[in-house]
Amino acid sequence: MSTTVSTPDGTRDQVGTVVRVSGPVLEVAGLPACRLYDVVRVGVQALPGEVIRLDGALATVQVFEDTSGLRSGDPVTGTGGPLSIELGPGLLGTVFDGTQRPLAALSAEHGIYIPRGADLPGLDRARTWEFVPSVVAGGRVEAGDELGTVQETAALRHRVLVPPGVRGVVEHVVEGSRRVDEVIARVQGHDVQMLQRWAIRRPRPVRGHQALRRPLLTGQRVLDGLFPIALGGAGIIPGGFGTGKTVLEQAIAKHAEADVVVYVGCGERGNELTEVLEEFPQLSDPRTGRPLMERTVLVANTSNMPVAAREASVYLGITMAEYYRDQGLHAVLLADSTSRWGEALREVSGRLGEIPAEDGYPAYLATRLAAFYERAGLVDCLGSTPRRGSVTVVGAVSPAGGDFSEPVTQNSLRVAGCFWALDASLARSRHFPSINWTRSYTSYRLGEWFDEHVAEDWSRLSAWAVRTLQEEGSLLEVVSLLGVEAVAPPQRVTLRVGRMLREDYLQQSSFDPVDASCPPRKQIAMLQLVKAAEDAMTAAVTAGRPVADVVAHPALRTVAAARGWPTDETLERHLDEAVAALHAALTTDEEEQG
Amino acid sequence: MTTTDTRARARDAVAAAPVGILPTIEMRDVRRVAGPLLLVEGADSLAFGEVVTVVTDDGSERDGQVLEVDRSRAVVQVLGGTEGIGRANVAVRARFRAAVTGVGTDVLGRVLDGAGRPRDGRPEPTAEAYRPVNGLPLNPVARIHPDQFIETGFSAIDGLNTLVRGQKLPVFTAAGLPAAEVAARIATQARVPGESDEVVVVFAAMGVTRREADFFRDQFAASASGHRNVLLLNLANDPTIERLFTPRVALTLAEYLAFEKHLHVLVILTDVTAYCEALREIAAAREEMPGRRGYPGYMYTDLASLFERAGRVHGSTGSLTQLSVLTMPDGDITHPIPDLTGYITEGQVVLSRDMAGRGVDPPFDVLPSLSRLMNAGVGEGRTRADHRGLADQLYACYARGVEVRRLVSIVGESGLTAEDRRILAFAGRFEEEFVGQGEARRTITQTLDLGWELLSEFEPGELGRVGAEHVARHHRTTARSQP
Repeated sequence: MSTTVSTPDGTRDQVGTVVRVSGPVLEVAGLPACRLYDVVRVGVQALPGEVIRLDGALATVQVFEDTSGLRSGDPVTGTGGPLSIELGPGLLGTVFDGTQRPLAALSAEHGIYIPRGADLPGLDRARTWEFVPSVVAGGRVEAGDELGTVQETAALRHRVLVPPGVRGVVEHVVEGSRRVDEVIARVQGHDVQMLQRWAIRRPRPVRGHQALRRPLLTGQRVLDGLFPIALGGAGIIPGGFGTGKTVLEQAIAKHAEADVVVYVGCGERGNELTEVLEEFPQLSDPRTGRPLMERTVLVANTSNMPVAAREASVYLGITMAEYYRDQGLHAVLLADSTSRWGEALREVSGRLGEIPAEDGYPAYLATRLAAFYERAGLVDCLGSTPRRGSVTVVGAVSPAGGDFSEPVTQNSLRVAGCFWALDASLARSRHFPSINWTRSYTSYRLGEWFDEHVAEDWSRLSAWAVRTLQEEGSLLEVVSLLGVEAVAPPQRVTLRVGRMLREDYLQQSSFDPVDASCPPRKQIAMLQLVKAAEDAMTAAVTAGRPVADVVAHPALRTVAAARGWPTDETLERHLDEAVAALHAALTTDEEEQG
Repeated sequence: MTTTDTRARARDAVAAAPVGILPTIEMRDVRRVAGPLLLVEGADSLAFGEVVTVVTDDGSERDGQVLEVDRSRAVVQVLGGTEGIGRANVAVRARFRAAVTGVGTDVLGRVLDGAGRPRDGRPEPTAEAYRPVNGLPLNPVARIHPDQFIETGFSAIDGLNTLVRGQKLPVFTAAGLPAAEVAARIATQARVPGESDEVVVVFAAMGVTRREADFFRDQFAASASGHRNVLLLNLANDPTIERLFTPRVALTLAEYLAFEKHLHVLVILTDVTAYCEALREIAAAREEMPGRRGYPGYMYTDLASLFERAGRVHGSTGSLTQLSVLTMPDGDITHPIPDLTGYITEGQVVLSRDMAGRGVDPPFDVLPSLSRLMNAGVGEGRTRADHRGLADQLYACYARGVEVRRLVSIVGESGLTAEDRRILAFAGRFEEEFVGQGEARRTITQTLDLGWELLSEFEPGELGRVGAEHVARHHRTTARSQP
């Protein structure tokens, strides 16, 4: 059996035997030459596994497949390298499992179930790409330089780069139709293919990191308007079940202003992934007009797939995102849910008999989470010509019992810049996205960018909205104890404005074709309208009109209609008319009464 | 050397004859008997996950499964309990196969025990094929997103938390609430409007009482489709460990019927809590590191390996829908069992003692209830165009009503505005009439119309969640005022 596996040094050092099987974890005797995180093949089916501990004569291996049927004495062969994936044109539009097996190809071969030991390469070997060289033989290149391009999708020109670690004179370069595993250039004695391999646990190298000053626009009002995330930043969405994590992640996947979206369904529901698979090809990318699937890579590790592959899936996702970042693109990684990954760590740690830290999670949970989120960033890419790319990471967290004090939430919080706290009581009253405005925050300072590029009053109004919502929250507590009559007229106006902000501005339906994505221009227009409503109410109250009549004025209901406004040249006209109508309605009534 | 040969021979034998004639290897060196587990020495021919036969000297046989292999030792869990087993009077016989179960249409109309053996005194059902009970993960690419509306007859489900074919939707209940009745009514009354396709019910009882088991048996016998059901019963006094197999056997059977025999299968698993307790019992017997409340760290993975076995797939016209009953210990929805379940299933329907106490029958608590697949199953061409907006509006109004009710309990009714009073009255009628439908079965049209009747207490302008065209069409006052 061991003959089927290529061992670089071809020695007996790479052969061992199983001595213990406990769930997904094995103990293996032998394998003296293997290193931590080396990939091994186990048993007659050559099931892939990864070395996670070395102790004396024993190696501990986590297996990426169901281990049923393995016995003490079964052969184990080392492959001599860590878990690596294939990078190159053809990733976009593909659905992979946690160890980068292409699921469509797997289904074509094996039917509706995923059998054990099924093995297929990540990139399609039969497909050819039209390679257009950008260099000529004799030129000098360094790692990260563009050798040529292929049109990966109608909208995306894929840069084929000199792989990290390679530099020197281009001895030879081809042009025309090639498969990913054919040599397209020879650089200083190295044959370069379009296909590159990269070990998923190792971040891909960059020249340097940039300060985060630009937002990643998501089209979600509560995110962009109140708690924006930076391009190259990291955010987490913690929430109990049913609070809308997946819908929000999917909304970002659909509407974020990114070149490439990598969506990792980590330990999640099969039916939900299918929904993405069926829906994304039908939707179009607002920026290019092409099917959304063409900018998307999906990693589908459903909750019933092997637990070790779940752990691998998040690294697979971020490595692919980094690969596109290196080409000077803006990639977004969405991980739903990072808690499943944490639990995979806990499960394996428990099987190893490690001393548990908080809630049974291993003590290295914080380190792993930090290392993962730190792979986000806005970077100067490798290569002699300046190029900037980014990876923005948004991780959903599923805290046990909806309690945010648990370790995965808390440790993610320390490294992520945005905290979008989902709230069960908001979800229950069908306030979506159910992001709690008092608990959520962003640490990115992006107000300047919005003031400069969208509207000069952006950060002022955004701060006003947060403040008003806070005030409304405290007032509602008073009202709940003493009744609404107990608060003074200006505060009743604040209550009405708070309600408008909640119901007409923050709530956004992912299922409404117009409202699903809201561009910044429209966001600010809506906020300006609410502010105008506040000014009109305040004016009416100051002029002596009974506050109960003012806050119950039917004209205020028109604010909700702003959601349906088109974002085109008529937007400003809509806003001006609505503001004028509000003022007129509130003041005219007053005159009639007076 | 000899073990390797035996193993090779055994493998060849397995390849040649899947079940039946196999070499006999017996291991007698049992070192430890603890709870449901045996520790066997000299067991290097056993593989992880394999089934074995445990034979005692009096000739009685029990099934067992290998939970761990460690060098020449193996840990075997014994189905059917370990009473009467000593270190000297027992042998473990290798069978060289994974835990499989026979599947086929012959099981329909039968009553089986928790491990899939006949419990009705009739012969073993004919197996058309043998399948490993653990199943294999469905390829997400091969799935079809569920979007066919199932009418259960309950307004709280059909109207607000719509169930679709291929969904997994548990009923979260508390001790003493009529979850069994709700599950049985869904099983016997569920239909897809405009279709006459039969629904096959695979009912797996895990640790239920005899009374409950009898109740289900009677319900199914009384319904028209009695012969199209199969019951797997692991009762409260049956061996705990068998409980871990019951849902797996049921789902293996259901997958076969749904994806290979093109039937619409509804699997009812009850009670998930009893299953999880069995899981904890085994984990404790293995001296594993306990997780939250003593449940093992892999409980999420284990539950997922059950609940994910639902859906629709390309190449089959059948479907597998799961409805599990889960008794929340002390009615606590944050307990690890409902918590982990909620993260895997596509929503949940909650029954609460609070509602029961208020006289709402059936006591659905709609606020924490949710169906994640509802959007795909409702709307024009499936239920009605106004369904989504109406459901959102009912939810929003009821949530406000509950909030006002809480206020009233603090400050009394005197401080209420007219609007508050209307919303409070709405919440009362909503619980009494919409949710508390008693024994009646409602069609989706009746459910939606009733929703509109309740909402007609509000001005059309207050109904911001529903499209204006639907308000114009269905709102009572608006509809009346039209010429």
